[in-house]
Amino acid sequence: MKTITIDGRSIPFEEGQTIMDAALAADVYIPHLCHNPEFTPHGSCKLCNVKVNGRTCSACTMLAAEGQDVINNSKELNDARRAITQMLFVEGNHICPGCEKSGNCQLQALGYHFNMLDAHFPYFYPRREVDASHPDVLLDRDRCILCELCVRASRDVDHKNVFDIAGRGINAHLIVNSATGKLADSVLEVDDKAVEVCPVGAILVKHHGYEVPIGQRLYDHHDIAEISLMTEGGGSDE
Amino acid sequence: MSEKLRIATTSLAGCFGCHMSLLDIDERLLELVEVAEFDRSPLTDIKHCGPCDIGLIEGGVCNAENVHVLREFRQNCKTLVAMGACAINGGIPALRNSIDLRECLTEAYIDGIGVQNPQIPNDPELPLLLDKVHPIQEVVSVDYFLPGCPPSADTIWKFLTDLIAGREPSLPPELVHYD
Ligand code: SF4
Ligand code: SF4
Repeated sequence: MKTITIDGRSIPFEEGQTIMDAALAADVYIPHLCHNPEFTPHGSCKLCNVKVNGRTCSACTMLAAEGQDVINNSKELNDARRAITQMLFVEGNHICPGCEKSGNCQLQALGYHFNMLDAHFPYFYPRREVDASHPDVLLDRDRCILCELCVRASRDVDHKNVFDIAGRGINAHLIVNSATGKLADSVLEVDDKAVEVCPVGAILVKHHGYEVPIGQRLYDHHDIAEISLMTEGGGSDE
Repeated sequence: MSEKLRIATTSLAGCFGCHMSLLDIDERLLELVEVAEFDRSPLTDIKHCGPCDIGLIEGGVCNAENVHVLREFRQNCKTLVAMGACAINGGIPALRNSIDLRECLTEAYIDGIGVQNPQIPNDPELPLLLDKVHPIQEVVSVDYFLPGCPPSADTIWKFLTDLIAGREPSLPPELVHYD
């Protein structure tokens, strides 16, 4: 069996697996946000940055290879990951007390994971468009972190190509594939994978807000590492 | 016995929820007043802050008066604490930040549903609104952040007892929440 080491521990891998795949299969948590094992890796959020033989790489896109010595859970990497999380917070409008995703949100859970107490950087308070046109689905771009999970899900699973990212750098934003650019005029349906997959509160199903009381939500008492390994790790059904 | 610590508190652009949470430490308040007394605070009605050890700021900065109060606290408090979501990132009041101020006021006081005698309040006694709601660390330097909307009584208690005992305050994961 071929192996790599992660934080000194020997981890087996199969040809074609990424470092992330091998880690998850061995129940080793590498923080991630734009990555979801059900979809092709995207490598954009950079939270899964690890050091591979001294060089920084994204664990979700880097193929595992014999002889790799991977550092994952170090202070240096976690400090950088916290800073990335803080940048994601200031770049959008994340007012958690008023967000339906609160308690079930992966961005927020990563803030907790890294013991982020403030956002450190100045807030941008950008003006972003909310699209409430669809009868069953709300798109609030204030909270979109441009992870492209909805883009991938709509393209690869729903085969509808409803979403894409337009613009560059700070002007990048989520667009909707319809004549008007509005969700109501797209072919999106509430049961689409693209709706379910959003890790934050940018795509929300209407008529179902705040159903789980505070204290019983996904991340109220469980760290995102625990939940990730339970649902995406080697012992999970997937 | 050594002199008691002095604590000042204020609510800027907040809802007083954080102060309610402070009162929510319940009988532990008695323990607190054994070692500390309150200076300027809605609890004492003292109007200006004297030299203090700890200043707890609830709410962000939304008007000119908030700026004055916040600066007074910074000048007088050895340790200044951003208590709650609004002090840290503007919170719910900062929802107006991506909307033009005039548009906001027009909607609230002129065009809003059910508005009678429409006019934008303009009494000279009213502090002038700022264009945006600011987290307090954009105006003064802040020593500690206590997230939560509000931070729970246990969070406030853990923080204060750490600080009063001379320990570096640290919040275990179950006490860190943004809502
Ligand atoms: S999407 Fe997540 S981080 Fe953003 S406001 Fe909602 S709960 Fe908070
Ligand atoms: S809407 Fe959600 S899933 Fe789509 S890019 Fe934004 S954050 Fe990612």
